[in-house]
Amino acid sequence: MRKSLTIAALSLSLGLAACGRKPAPETLPPAQAGPTDPSAGSGTTSDDEVDLVELPGSQSALVAAAGSDTIFFGTDRSDVSSDAQATLRAQARWLLANPAVRASVEGHADERGTREYNQALGERRAQAAKMFLMAQGVPETRLLTISWGKERPVATGADESAWAQNRRSVTVVVR
Amino acid sequence: MRSFLFAVAAFIAVPASAQDEPPPVEVEVESGGVTRAISIAVPALPAEAGVAVSIGRNIAEVIASGLRSSGRFAPIGPGGLPNTSVAQAETPAYGEWRAAGVQQLVSGFVRSSGPNQITVGCYLHDVVAGRELVRQGFAVSADNWRRAAHKCADAIYGRLTGEGAFLDTRIVFVAETGPKDRRVKRIALMDSDGANLRYLTEGEATVVTPRFSPDGRRLAYVSYAGRRARVWVLDIATGARRLLVPGLALTSAPRFSPDGSRIAYARSADGNTDVWIANADGSSVPQRLTSAPGIDTSPSFSPDGRRIAFESDRSGSQQIYVMDADGMNQRRISFGGPSASPAWSPRVDRIAFVRVGAFRVGVMNASGGAEQLLTDGWQDESPSWAPNGQFVMFNRFTREGRSSLFAVPVGGGSVRRLPTPQDGSDPSWSPLQR
Repeated sequence: MRKSLTIAALSLSLGLAACGRKPAPETLPPAQAGPTDPSAGSGTTSDDEVDLVELPGSQSALVAAAGSDTIFFGTDRSDVSSDAQATLRAQARWLLANPAVRASVEGHADERGTREYNQALGERRAQAAKMFLMAQGVPETRLLTISWGKERPVATGADESAWAQNRRSVTVVVR
Repeated sequence: MRSFLFAVAAFIAVPASAQDEPPPVEVEVESGGVTRAISIAVPALPAEAGVAVSIGRNIAEVIASGLRSSGRFAPIGPGGLPNTSVAQAETPAYGEWRAAGVQQLVSGFVRSSGPNQITVGCYLHDVVAGRELVRQGFAVSADNWRRAAHKCADAIYGRLTGEGAFLDTRIVFVAETGPKDRRVKRIALMDSDGANLRYLTEGEATVVTPRFSPDGRRLAYVSYAGRRARVWVLDIATGARRLLVPGLALTSAPRFSPDGSRIAYARSADGNTDVWIANADGSSVPQRLTSAPGIDTSPSFSPDGRRIAFESDRSGSQQIYVMDADGMNQRRISFGGPSASPAWSPRVDRIAFVRVGAFRVGVMNASGGAEQLLTDGWQDESPSWAPNGQFVMFNRFTREGRSSLFAVPVGGGSVRRLPTPQDGSDPSWSPLQR
């Protein structure tokens, strides 16, 4: 728990620094600080949004250097296979060579699970990939984790080969 | 009178399946002990001066359709039935209806009660006994006639089944469009019969699992706005929304407490998902209720708010647990196979759930045991109870990538598909409207 709060706070402070605001406290936020949903108004981000700007050029560079931005998992599993370890090692080397960018490690699940469990499972997979990248020396402050659950399949089939492609974690280069 | 009798008799003689509009029903499960459907005639309600005649007919259509949707009634009419007079609302021609084989009769009227205001008289008669069973009036604005029809159908359903009302309710769900890998998802709100559909979000961010507050005025839902799954609370009337918990934490699976003051939800961090609870208005520091090193999610309050059912994979597979609302006394209750997505009945100690693997919706006792599967789709999930505890709505995915809303009577009977203009998922059934 404690670790993730720190990440959140640090990420916040990075995002807020540009606006000249105070860094966020490293505790649970105060009760009344709720923002309004951006989609209710102009669609702009609020203070609580991390403005994750994808960097397509850098993403291509990561893929070229590491072979892939994606690792795959077994059914209901979040352990990092040896193939996945090789990919993550190469990703870590690229991230260490490019210190100006951060990575959003995004976990996904196949459709054969309940929506809420898969939301949690995707986070578990993203965390497994993040921990491996950290073990290679990538600073935690440069790694965010999110889960898409089963909301963003890449393979649209309804069979094991499609599900295997969708059980994944993608390292997305962001600023 | 002869032609009247003849018309009714002729109608009765025709098989119901040929006369009725084809109802959107799939026969999936037929449990034993299903009560025989009650034959009930629903003629067009006569309109008094100043009221469009079509309203009386439309109201009768909605009453008949609502009763049919319960699976407990075999309504006939208003098509094919003779017109009745306002006077006959209270004094129907029992003998003639009886001769036509009708057991129960709905009668009534539509009366103008002011500018753009109508009063709908709603009567139910036991034709065999020649006795009035229901007499109610509903005053609504003329463009709100559907609610009067639902209220009337609820009164009839309640009088003849002894069960609580469920038709004057709304459904919130996720409307889905586009291909599987670029799905656009919007929160949609509609009446229990699919009428008056409108969208509450525009699809710019993926949204899932909207859930009604107990007063039906707010929703808690998960939006991926800002690229992070987080729980938001929406005021339906004003459109105002706010994050349940400020910050970047990944939150999901929200459900209101029965008094509407709190929301239980799941929070994911460090590869661990736990159940937390926060005040719905953001006026408290969130409290953590579970701490098992696994996935604890999908909390659902008991009707008295004292306990929370949730799912956990702490045993090695997804199973249903029950704990006190403060997180104490966590106890596993499912033993019939991997189980997920508990939804506590608003009326009794029964819990709807999803059997993982087969992905079917079932019910079990809140104390454990008596597990019974109710559906048989390719993938059924997201159960939500009707406020009377008699039906469970869920969404069914097909192998072809489609998704639609279904309801199944818990006491046994056929599943019924709800009409939605696009694909639908994650239904939440509102409480009874006031």
